[in-house]
Amino acid sequence: MRVLLPHPLLSAGLLVMWLLMNQTLQPGPALVGALVALLGGWALALLRPGRSRLRRPGTILRLAGQVAVDVVRSNIGVAKVILLRRPDRRSGFIRVRLTLRDPQALAVLAVILTATPGTAWLEFDAGEGWLLLHVLDLIDEADWTRIIRDHYERPLLEIFR
Amino acid sequence: MSHAAELPIWLAVPAALLLLLGAGLALTGALGLLRLRTFYERLHAPTIGTSYGMGCVLLASVLVFSARQGRPVLHEVLIGLFVVVTTPVTLMLLGRAALHRDRLEGDPEVPGAARPDDAPPA
Repeated sequence: MRVLLPHPLLSAGLLVMWLLMNQTLQPGPALVGALVALLGGWALALLRPGRSRLRRPGTILRLAGQVAVDVVRSNIGVAKVILLRRPDRRSGFIRVRLTLRDPQALAVLAVILTATPGTAWLEFDAGEGWLLLHVLDLIDEADWTRIIRDHYERPLLEIFR
Repeated sequence: MSHAAELPIWLAVPAALLLLLGAGLALTGALGLLRLRTFYERLHAPTIGTSYGMGCVLLASVLVFSARQGRPVLHEVLIGLFVVVTTPVTLMLLGRAALHRDRLEGDPEVPGAARPDDAPPA
């Protein structure tokens, strides 16, 4: 099983993607999709990305929900900043020290922070885990640090273990 | 759209509202590119369009085409997924390029490294 399907989640994702793109469940396209899924899994295995196991599906769902809510809030916040032009608004750089080291988990964190309009990921120092961010509406640096640690880093540490 | 009249009203109204909301959000993001002052601030603006701006338009598309074809049309989900996964690549590249340029020019506003200077040694 390990040899045939080295990355089962990736292969399943590729198959679902293929079926969605073809918008069918006919055996022909499904067979081609299965082949694409198998080849994709092998190709990734050749790249040796390292194995990280995903745990706690409940935490994954809760994280996804949290991100959906935070991105709505951030959309409204950034739209307000652009449309209302508050004179006292301050943007700036913040640094957050992370304990997260798993490359896949860091990639997910980067996607979350970039998808959130109010924050932009700039640089990560892998040695000591310092993350440099730019924040559009910097009210309180400690507040942002708390959001990143509690909302995203803690669940990611539980999921990628 | 010549088939718009065939849609039932209870579906046409939410779809139209979602389209307007999505387009409005994308427009706000574009406006941000004009209004915000520094490069780093402008990095934030287009993300409105690539998050819920895109999400609302795609949801409207799912509603309309599912109703017209009489079956769930879901491949818009893939567009959303690929946009969300690929945007960070561009934005991080742009952000880091700007950071590199500003550090070379010795801009005092820009932090020198991700690790703070006063951090205790590891």
